[in-house]
Amino acid sequence: MYFAKLILRNALRHKLRTGLTVLGIFVAILAFGLLRTVIEAWYAGAESASSTRLITRNSISLVFPLPITYQEKIRQLEGVSRVTHANWFGGVYVSEKNFFPQFAVDISSYFDLYPEYLIPPEQMKALVLDRKGCVVGRKLAETYGLSIGDVVPLRGTIYPGNWEFVVRAIYDGKEAKTDTSQFFFRWDYLNETLKKTVPRRANTVGVLVVGVRDADQVARVAAEIDRTFANSLAETLTETEKAFQLGFVAMTEAIVVAIRIVSFLVIFIIMAVMANTMAMTARERMPEYATMKALGFGPFSVVILIFGESLAIAMGGAGLGMLATPPVAHWFAAKIGTLFPVFDVSRETFAMQAAAAIVVGAIAALLPGYRAARVRIVDGLRNIG
Amino acid sequence: MAIPFSYTAKNLLARRLTTLLTAGGMALVVFVFATVLMLQEGLRKTLVETGSPDNVVVTRRSSGTEVQSGVDRTQAGVVESQPEIALGADAQPMLSKETVVLITLPKRGADSPANVVIRGIGGKGKALRPQVRIVQGRMFKPGSAEIVAGSSIADRFEGANLGDNLRFAMRDWTVVGVFDADKTGFDSEIWGDADQLMQSFRRPVYSSIILQLNDMSRFDSLKTRLEGDPRLTVEAKRESVFYAEQSEVLANFIGYLGLTLSVIFSIGATIGAMITMYASVANRTAEIGTLRALGFRSRSILTVFLAESLLLGLVGGAIGLFFASFMQLLTISTMNWQSFAELAFSFTLNPAIVAKSLAFALFMGLIGGFLPAMQAARMNIVDSLRAP
Repeated sequence: MYFAKLILRNALRHKLRTGLTVLGIFVAILAFGLLRTVIEAWYAGAESASSTRLITRNSISLVFPLPITYQEKIRQLEGVSRVTHANWFGGVYVSEKNFFPQFAVDISSYFDLYPEYLIPPEQMKALVLDRKGCVVGRKLAETYGLSIGDVVPLRGTIYPGNWEFVVRAIYDGKEAKTDTSQFFFRWDYLNETLKKTVPRRANTVGVLVVGVRDADQVARVAAEIDRTFANSLAETLTETEKAFQLGFVAMTEAIVVAIRIVSFLVIFIIMAVMANTMAMTARERMPEYATMKALGFGPFSVVILIFGESLAIAMGGAGLGMLATPPVAHWFAAKIGTLFPVFDVSRETFAMQAAAAIVVGAIAALLPGYRAARVRIVDGLRNIG
Repeated sequence: MAIPFSYTAKNLLARRLTTLLTAGGMALVVFVFATVLMLQEGLRKTLVETGSPDNVVVTRRSSGTEVQSGVDRTQAGVVESQPEIALGADAQPMLSKETVVLITLPKRGADSPANVVIRGIGGKGKALRPQVRIVQGRMFKPGSAEIVAGSSIADRFEGANLGDNLRFAMRDWTVVGVFDADKTGFDSEIWGDADQLMQSFRRPVYSSIILQLNDMSRFDSLKTRLEGDPRLTVEAKRESVFYAEQSEVLANFIGYLGLTLSVIFSIGATIGAMITMYASVANRTAEIGTLRALGFRSRSILTVFLAESLLLGLVGGAIGLFFASFMQLLTISTMNWQSFAELAFSFTLNPAIVAKSLAFALFMGLIGGFLPAMQAARMNIVDSLRAP
């Protein structure tokens, strides 16, 4: 109890220095938490992938389409429950800055396979009745202020021309991590238009999404799909939805690695600042530690004082940083719009922040603690700081 | 009268641990700052210098990238007949009708595949890019299933070395050469014969047309004519502009992320410098009083402490730059979001980055040292002499 009081008094002796150190740790822990959240957001797509969905695409690369007829051939395979398809549209909404994923899909079969996208039945009906209708995610609708009945113009990059869609439905996510920043419209609208403008590109799809009845069958079905189309004009590559999503993450892995390294660098920087504070504090108090020793306190007590003070300062700053992380992350997510579909601070991030603070506090106290424990009473009393 | 500089330097040496820790914190910040600038510079060098200003890229209107573009043979013929196109030594137009597609190739030493650009070029394709040199083997023969690989592709991808076979589009392709494009974007591409590739990929259209102007100033008249021609649905861009636009998103992302991080980190390091300088002032209260009593003005005291803080920043900046310069040995490869293809680029250090980084370090030192130095300069002589 005495020790706790002494530690607190010691920590508050140099208010300016302690305040500055706490501020530094606050900034560092906040930055660390945000960077970790960015990394997690990077993997969010793969995290929410279903284990019973397969993605079949052209084996050359995603740029090459597959004939729509493949859908029926896959449907006949054993273990397949549902098949649907999607085309990446890649249109530009007003300007290039407003990026969000757009897919041309077969509305009814697609949303059957993705039960995590919830559409009210009457909106679904409106969508089925309007060929130019589209469905947008809740987050996307909020970002651009879209509501039912609005017209969304898109400038095609892959499919030339100016396209117009009418918002007929807004979908919600079943869970918090469900991506609600996507835009879906009817594939038949795309296909009918292509038949008139670029007939050779009609009746093709970008990827086929295959629902497998049983999770154990996934590997077998994937192999069988690829075998079915081997040596055809469009050979396929089938992988689980998770592997497909992770493939995208892997392509930008260098950036993820860089952010990860930088997130640890910020901890190192603050460790240097914290260690400096503790080194100065201990150097100034050397005579006091010597006095304590002269009064009969062992080296262990002195070490506890220094570690306690260091940890108290580190935890104080870290606590404030952790408190500030969710609101700042929320503000950041609102600012960047739909770039990261999911941007929530996870429990692991909080744990990592707390762990980082403890490590910083402990390491900063290491050298001063060692010196104070070793100092001879006479030398310590003679020390003038 | 000024206090000698050696006084400042010796003060830093007297508290080695503190000096080292403070400068170390600053060094890390400068390291991050310099690395980001080097990355941006490397990306700029790679993509912007890929294009040359007297070349023009013709793609389908608003397609953005070559992969998404499509120009059919009739339209290509119209483009080919424009009078602004330079003639080669053989009196043929300096123009290459190209097909650009992406294929998925496995990376060496990792099981993650990446998208690689395959570019089918016409007869003048290589002549239009003077920076491209064959460093191993030879150029492919037109009309054959031969390809040449860019040097970063040959290094990093399975089966892309000289003499290897790559299988795609239901055909085996032999790598007969490796080319070096002087660290431009072409290093991350594989080149083959346009007609062979189009046939194999069953694409009836070209992706883009690259042409050289016979006079750089005639770009505007060419652009106006091409884009106003009712038979065409194309747009023309200078090659340098075209490639700069390809890197915009990635360069902006790196820039914003780096700037935000540098600012946040510099707060931490500045606080570190401030703590050190406050302690330095507090420990030397009696000393400051003595100096003032000897006749030094408060301005000299201010200068001394500011100089100490700036020196601290300079040391930190120099250490940070020293380690950042080793990053030049690294090559980073990532997917360019706009072209959707793998792109390799390296960290590039130039004098401007050195100057910026040192200025940043000095700035941190200045901000960190200003308040403590003011405090020292304002001290009352009598009070400070009485200090323990």
